[in-house]
Amino acid sequence: MNLILTIAWTHVRHRARQTLVAIAGVMTGVGFSIMMAAMMEGSQEDFIRTLVDALPHISITDELREPTRQPADIVYTAAEFHGLTPDIRRPGIKNPMATIASLQTWVPGALTPSVQSKAVLRFAGRNLTTSIIGIDPRTEAEVSNLATHMKQGTLNSLYRASNAILLGDRLANKIGARVNSNITLASAEGASMNATVVGIFHTGFRMTDETTGYVLLKTAQILERQTGIVNEIRVRTRDPMAARLISERIGEQTGYKSISWQEAQEDLLSAITLRNVLMYTIVGAILLVASFGTYNIISTITHEKTRDIAILKSLGFRDHTIRAIFIVEALAVGLAGAVLGWIFGYLLTRGLASLEFKTPFSDYNHLPVLYSVNHYLLATGVALLSSMVAGYFPARAAARLHPVDIIRGAT
Amino acid sequence: MSEALIEARAVTKVLGGIVPVTLVQDIDLIIMPREFIAITGPSGSGKSSLLYLLGLLDIPTSGEVLIDGISTSRMTEDARAEVRLTRLGFVFQFHFLLPEFSITENVALPMRALGKLPPRAIIARAEELLESFGLGDHRHKTPDQLSGGQRQRVAVARALANDPPVILADEPTGSLDSVSTAQVFGILRDLVALRGKTVVAVTHDLDLAAQMHRRIHVVDGRLANDHAVTAPA
Ligand SMILES: Nc1ncnc2c1ncn2[C@@H]1O[C@H](COP(=O)(O)OP(=O)(O)O)[C@@H](O)[C@H]1O
Ligand SMILES: [Mg+2]
Repeated sequence: MNLILTIAWTHVRHRARQTLVAIAGVMTGVGFSIMMAAMMEGSQEDFIRTLVDALPHISITDELREPTRQPADIVYTAAEFHGLTPDIRRPGIKNPMATIASLQTWVPGALTPSVQSKAVLRFAGRNLTTSIIGIDPRTEAEVSNLATHMKQGTLNSLYRASNAILLGDRLANKIGARVNSNITLASAEGASMNATVVGIFHTGFRMTDETTGYVLLKTAQILERQTGIVNEIRVRTRDPMAARLISERIGEQTGYKSISWQEAQEDLLSAITLRNVLMYTIVGAILLVASFGTYNIISTITHEKTRDIAILKSLGFRDHTIRAIFIVEALAVGLAGAVLGWIFGYLLTRGLASLEFKTPFSDYNHLPVLYSVNHYLLATGVALLSSMVAGYFPARAAARLHPVDIIRGAT
Repeated sequence: MSEALIEARAVTKVLGGIVPVTLVQDIDLIIMPREFIAITGPSGSGKSSLLYLLGLLDIPTSGEVLIDGISTSRMTEDARAEVRLTRLGFVFQFHFLLPEFSITENVALPMRALGKLPPRAIIARAEELLESFGLGDHRHKTPDQLSGGQRQRVAVARALANDPPVILADEPTGSLDSVSTAQVFGILRDLVALRGKTVVAVTHDLDLAAQMHRRIHVVDGRLANDHAVTAPA
């Protein structure tokens, strides 16, 4: 065995208990760091997946990238008008079916049109303002999870009655409506109609479940009093992470406002970044504290071993050899702690993942965790680095020792 | 005409402080191959300090020490360590062996630090050295399993590990009984007579000093007397 390793091994072997305490310190640090990273990244991934699942990856709306020109502006070439009532009707996406067909040729994913409307929903003497969304049941299922959230009925139930509607479960409860109840819808545009409830859905998002109803495109168009209008095309890309780039291309091609989910959720995503900064700070602090134990043992050994160090130096050992002995000892403690920490961290993560929590949003749930080799490598890297720093200072002091001072004192 | 192994030129060592202490003052000295030199003097006269300076363990305040005719004043700490490793061997009053290692491993340490020999040859040479000092049966023991005289013989074996031309010993028999003293002194004498080494030993024991070839007497850090005792063998 290498001379430095031999001496280092002899030192730690003769201080087994202290060394084990230091190793346990690093192990605990590495273990908890791994668990924490698994938990934080797990919940983050779970959160993003939920987000990506629930939202359209890209939403193309009828807002033009340029502000709308007013009709008078188009007809007359004059520079300014005063006192005219602006056109407030939403223009909608022109030739929506042709636009969809054209996008479908290159966009990797599925597209579906929808119509946004607002209506007052009346049932049994109760009035509620409701978001009414017109959808195409044939393509909706490929873009959103609505189909999987149906508690009663299916998307195709919308074909069952002439004015059929699907209600969020909270909304239905509020007004006391059930499947087959007949309700009345009155839109802001002045349209009014009778509709039949054909299904109930539960998305888990309170806002949606409390205020939304789904109807066929045609029904929503009647409420908006604009035949053939479509004011949103939603896209589900095969790779959610590619949404931003695809969205940019769609915007350029169609001239309509196209927003990816990343852009729509920018605030949330930056909150996640902040959370990660916090997490890595805490993980770093845990590992730093763990390295205090390493510093303690190496410092103790150098103090106990001053005489041996003086002997080695008088024999002709170089300073860097002496330094290397103690740095190797610190690294050995760090490495042993890290390897045990992998096991400890893995078990902690497993334990955490198996706990069941009851959350107000859903039924029994497991804490989402993410297993990643990177967490193990990162924790090991930081543990080794801090061990090295912890060992460096006592090692340097040992190497600087003047052998004559010790030899004189010992005789 | 052979080259001087160690040469001291006007070597002075003063310890700084509120009251500076002069350990060694203005010493000139030439040590040749195959010499057997006693350094004597009253307690506290600076014998050990002189030996540390000659052995490059300490740096003179003024003057210089030459090893093999080369000045060591401008050497880096690493270069001085290299000289100690290859050209000098130390034996102290206290044995100064590493307690956790077997005596074979202790003797092997300087050879391993030098790294010139393969591991097997190192162990073989360590065992051979121990054997030649009558310690062959003890080679697997640790220092605390040996008597004082035996430990001191191990220390001599270790000093010889890299086959240096000079052995510097600071009261090597100072804490030994008369039988052990005779054994260790016999070994040192044989190093000069049989192996051609130079041995410089600090000693209180005037009987031993009388059996050596040259005696350097130090008083108050100065060289009071330097004379041949008997003609070198
Ligand atoms: N670090 C020190 N501080 C102050 N005085 C010292 C120190 N080291 C040695 N001395 C003094 O220097 C003198 C020479 O010491 P030393 O060389 O050990 O003498 P010797 O070996 O002849 O007994 C002694 O008087 C000793 O007390
Ligand atoms: Mg002395």
